[in-house]
Amino acid sequence: MRRHQKTATILSVLAMGLGQLYNRQFIKGILLLCVEIMGGYYFLQRLPHAVWGLVTLGDTPTKLVKVGKRYKNVVGDHSVNLLIGGLVILILFGLFVTLYVMSVKDANRTGKLRDEGKSPASFKETVHFVTDKRFPQLLLTLPAISVLFLTIMPILMAILLAFTNYSAPEHIPPAKLVDWVGFQTFIDLLQLKTWSHTFYGVFIWTVIWAVIATVTTYFGGLLVALLIDQKGIRFKGMWRSIFIIPYAIPQLISLLVMRNLFNGQFGPINQYLGYFGIGKLPWLTDPFWAKVTVIIVNMWVGIPVSMVLILGVLTAIPKDMYEAAEVDGASAFQKLRVITLPFVFFATTPILITQFAGNINNFNVIFLLTNGDPVKGDYQYAGSTDLLVTWLYKLTLNNNKYNFASAIGIIIFVIVASLSIWSYRRSKSYKEEDMIQ
Amino acid sequence: MSSMKSRNIFRLSVSYVLLTLIAICAIYPAAWVLFSSLRPGSSLMSETLIPRNPTLIHFKELFTSPSFQFGRWYWNTLKIATLSMLLSTLLTTLSMYALSRFRFRGRKTLLTTMLVLGMFPGFMSMVAIYILLLQLDLLDTHAALILVYSSGSVLGGFIVKGFYDTIPRSLDEAARIDGASHLTIFWRIMLPLSRPMLTYIGLTTFTGAWVDFIFARLVLRSKENWTLAVGMWDMVATFQNSNFTMFAAGSVLIAVPIMILFAFLQKFLVQGLTAGASKG
Repeated sequence: MRRHQKTATILSVLAMGLGQLYNRQFIKGILLLCVEIMGGYYFLQRLPHAVWGLVTLGDTPTKLVKVGKRYKNVVGDHSVNLLIGGLVILILFGLFVTLYVMSVKDANRTGKLRDEGKSPASFKETVHFVTDKRFPQLLLTLPAISVLFLTIMPILMAILLAFTNYSAPEHIPPAKLVDWVGFQTFIDLLQLKTWSHTFYGVFIWTVIWAVIATVTTYFGGLLVALLIDQKGIRFKGMWRSIFIIPYAIPQLISLLVMRNLFNGQFGPINQYLGYFGIGKLPWLTDPFWAKVTVIIVNMWVGIPVSMVLILGVLTAIPKDMYEAAEVDGASAFQKLRVITLPFVFFATTPILITQFAGNINNFNVIFLLTNGDPVKGDYQYAGSTDLLVTWLYKLTLNNNKYNFASAIGIIIFVIVASLSIWSYRRSKSYKEEDMIQ
Repeated sequence: MSSMKSRNIFRLSVSYVLLTLIAICAIYPAAWVLFSSLRPGSSLMSETLIPRNPTLIHFKELFTSPSFQFGRWYWNTLKIATLSMLLSTLLTTLSMYALSRFRFRGRKTLLTTMLVLGMFPGFMSMVAIYILLLQLDLLDTHAALILVYSSGSVLGGFIVKGFYDTIPRSLDEAARIDGASHLTIFWRIMLPLSRPMLTYIGLTTFTGAWVDFIFARLVLRSKENWTLAVGMWDMVATFQNSNFTMFAAGSVLIAVPIMILFAFLQKFLVQGLTAGASKG
């Protein structure tokens, strides 16, 4: 009774496409068989080497070997190439296996149809089925592939790197090998005196920075929005347009400009201070003042965004609430305290959390303005205003300490992700996603 | 009653003073750069804010000076930004349309995965992308940069999904009943409707690529391949005081196109910002 179903499934398990051929779906069968042959050949050759490479990261370093009378440079294993190559082949293999499973399922299903006396779908029907019922998956294929290889794979690899000793000067291929070291990098980062001192210092500053930066821009924006929104203020549109200018200038430009404005020797800010008889301030060169400068500049960059947001919320407050309050004889301050502020806080809390997370990763303001400087002598490759991200960037680009950079990246991710998931789960748009429509 | 009136006048005048002060702070850096770019000489130091005898020489110099390849950088940036814009608009629209209009198995998982992936700092994958490009010999090429920008923009496409969410379902259901295929619906109904959204996505990626410094500096190594962002950063980092007016002229040339775009896009940007707030 279930003859076709059984045979087709077994044939399909033996080789992709056989089941389909048995089911008289010739074009589909031949296509799958081609994939099977090419894939099988490819993976038979590559997979064992890829797994070996991933597990051992190579075992022969590059060295000089005496051949006859001369020394010859014999190229050994390149650990990082092995790591990437292995990862790529494993991902491809995963895709291959998924296709395999799907083809077995398909043969099984079609066999069952034949047992029930229905004729199997023709190729044309299959194509129609895919473009009709599987349309979303079809659309997602191209973006998914690009994300898989350019986002997911790099992240996987970065995570893996944190568990190796890939760093200058001892372990840089092709001259030297890289090895798996387990959690050693994290342990070093948190406990080895030279690294942990920098890590905790930079970490604490990152948190302080994120709190101050978020609070100052938020309340600055609130203040400006309330100023504009007051009864009796004229040219509201004009004020708004002027205040939004800092947001319209590309950050790259405005921050580099600020760097010049605050220049200790020649910058106009110190020049003006001079006119008022105040001495020049070391805006960018003193550890304390540099921190003040980045916070001030960040306010300049960030307040417009908060202002726009809060102005939007203010217009959404129902007017009759104010009217009712006026009837009850509430003063302007009472109206602000009882109606406006609670409403604004309620509507903007999720954004506050995203902004906080964003500030932890606020690369631009720090890197472009101070470059993390002024240099701090007892820090490992970091300066007084460096955040975790800018430190990570320097470790990668200038110092080739890839394993430490990756470990820091993972730590940042854990912090930001827990914050974001927490706030996302609280948001209505997550809970009621399908109800909006 | 008159005391209340005078208090009101006092409140308003204080507000106007504050507003004016804030306005000066907001405008000053921009004005300062603009005037600096017109100032003769090259130093950062100046006696007055507004130059006494303004000149356009620095703008000319930017394109003729042998040590800065400003024209070349402008062209590189334009090329990279335009191609990233096209590619990422395509990828984002396709994927967000699928995620918004269709209900299929694994959809919610996919959305959560995207959200989580978006939380990895770009810097995290940066390490790997750098090594990857190094091994693939793609460092210092523009193609690498375009691919990185485009694939990165897919994850940030939630705003597009939100847009498609607001188009009533009944519209495509009616078309389905009339026998239109999904592709026809997408092409004939959805794309024309989403023109404002496409503009928004296209232009934000364009500006993103136009000013991106982080990946550009990571990927582009040789001076003739640089983009404007890397070039400008280098100008400030290495020649701080000696070439300031030229830097200012360059800044004006970079910022002006973006500010013009911004003026057009303001409405969308504000909507995009507040979308999260009202849903919250």
